[in-house]
Amino acid sequence: MTGIVSYGVYVPKYRIKVEEIAKVWKEDPESIKKGLKVNQKSAPGQDEDTATIAVEAARNAIKRQEISGEEIEAIYVGSESHPYAVKPTATIVAEAIKATPNLTAADYEFACKAGTAGIQNCMGLVNSDMAKMGMAIGADVSQGAPGDALEYTAGSGGAAYIIGKEDVIAKIKKTTSYTTDTPDFWRREGERYPRHGGRFTGKPGYFSHVIGATKSLMDKMDTEPNEYDYAVFHQPNGKFPVRAAKKLGFNKKQYQDCLVVNKIGNTYSGSTLIGLASVLDESSPGDKIIATSYGSGAGSDSFHIEVTSKIKEVREKGPKVNYFLEESKYLSYGEYARNKEKVR
Amino acid sequence: MNIPRFWRKINNRYNLMGTKCENCGQTYFPPRNICPNCRREGEIVEHSFEDEIGELITYTIIRSAAEDHEKETPYILGIIELEENTRLTSQIVNCEIEDVEIGMKLKPVFRKLGEQSKDGLLFYGVKFSPIGKEE
Repeated sequence: MTGIVSYGVYVPKYRIKVEEIAKVWKEDPESIKKGLKVNQKSAPGQDEDTATIAVEAARNAIKRQEISGEEIEAIYVGSESHPYAVKPTATIVAEAIKATPNLTAADYEFACKAGTAGIQNCMGLVNSDMAKMGMAIGADVSQGAPGDALEYTAGSGGAAYIIGKEDVIAKIKKTTSYTTDTPDFWRREGERYPRHGGRFTGKPGYFSHVIGATKSLMDKMDTEPNEYDYAVFHQPNGKFPVRAAKKLGFNKKQYQDCLVVNKIGNTYSGSTLIGLASVLDESSPGDKIIATSYGSGAGSDSFHIEVTSKIKEVREKGPKVNYFLEESKYLSYGEYARNKEKVR
Repeated sequence: MNIPRFWRKINNRYNLMGTKCENCGQTYFPPRNICPNCRREGEIVEHSFEDEIGELITYTIIRSAAEDHEKETPYILGIIELEENTRLTSQIVNCEIEDVEIGMKLKPVFRKLGEQSKDGLLFYGVKFSPIGKEE
C-alpha cells in the first residue's frame, strides 16, 4: 500500500521571542502570548530561504532510508515564499539530492497546505505506477508585515516526505480534501507581505475547512475520534488546533504531541508536516494518526495514516523534531529584521 | 558570476563533487582534471565529499567585506580539511564568533552563497556548520 517511505525535517536555529517584537511595537506581550498561545517563533539565518530549508529537509529524508536520489521520480515543493516568482524551487532540490534529470518536478502554492497537496500528488503518481517514489516538501520563510499580528507567529521551517509503495514506515489508507473560495488571507502579485481578514480567518476559514475535511475523512473510513492515537492539525497559532481538535471530539493526549507552534511559530507549508513528523518520531507500530492541513484561500487535506513496524529502524537515522526545537539562538528585533530583509 | 559559469559548477557547489586520482588516491576540491602528482599516469574520477565531516584548520573574521557580502559582516571564513589533505575555503555558519575554534568538527550545509543582483540569479551551494550535539 502507498505510504510514507521516509521523512525529514529542518528548522533554522534562530528564534525571536514575542516580548522582543512587542517591545518594538509598544504592545503588551502577555496579552499577545495569551491570545495566540505562542511564546516565540523560528527565523532564518541571513543565507537561508525556502530553497535551502527544502534541501536540508529533503536530505534528512533521504538519509533516513538511505535512498538514492535517482529513485525519486517526482518532486513537489509547496510554499508561499518561493525564492523566485518564476523558476522552480523543486529543480534546486532535485539537483541537490542528485535526482536529476529523469524526474518530474514543480512548485505548488496554496497558502499553508501546499505541502500536503504535494503528498496527494505523489500518492497519485505512485498509485498509478507513474513513479516509483515521489517527494513532497512543505517549506516556508513566512512573511508578516512589520507591526502586523502575523509578525508574532510567521516562522520558518519545512519537512519532506518520500511517498512510495515499498518499505513504508506508515501507510496512508485514505486522503480527502475540502476546498472552497474563501478569501481569508492573500498576497497580491509583487507585494512583499500578505494581508488577511483578521477574525474572518477563524470560523469561515480555518475551522470550517479543517473540521469539514476531518469529518469527511472519518465518514469515508467509518472511524470515530477515539480510534486514533494521534490527531495532527495545522498550527497557525496555539489556540486554533486545540479548539478544532476539541470540537471534533479528540482529547489532549491525542493532539498535544504534535503542537510545536509555541516554540517555532507557524511554519506555514511546513506546519502540519512538522507536526506529523513530531508524532512519527514517537509513534509505535500499529498507531493510527489523523492529520489535517489548512491553507487559506481556502482548503484542507486530511490523511488517515497507520504506522508500520518499519518505523523503528528508520526514524533514528535522521534528526528528530526535538533536536531542532532544542537548538536555538535568540535574535534581537534588529537582527531578525536584517535576516528577514525587512531592512534593505 | 555569469550564469553559464555558475550552471557548469552546480553539481560541485551543491553536492561537494570533487575529483580523485585513482593512481595515488589524492582527492581534490575544487575538482582537478589532472593529478599534479601523477600527471599522465593518473586517472581522474569524480569524488563526492558531501557526507564528510571536516575539520577547521584556520579561520579569519571578515569585518569589511566585498560589496556582495557587506550586509553579512562580521562572519567567519575558514579553511576546512576534508579527507586526504583536501582543503577548501568556506563560510562557517550557525556559529557565533566567540565559539569558533581551530580543530572543531564541521558538516556541510546547503545555503545561499550570494546573488547576481536584486533581480538577478540566486547562487546556492555548500557552507559549513558545527556538528550538533545529536550528530
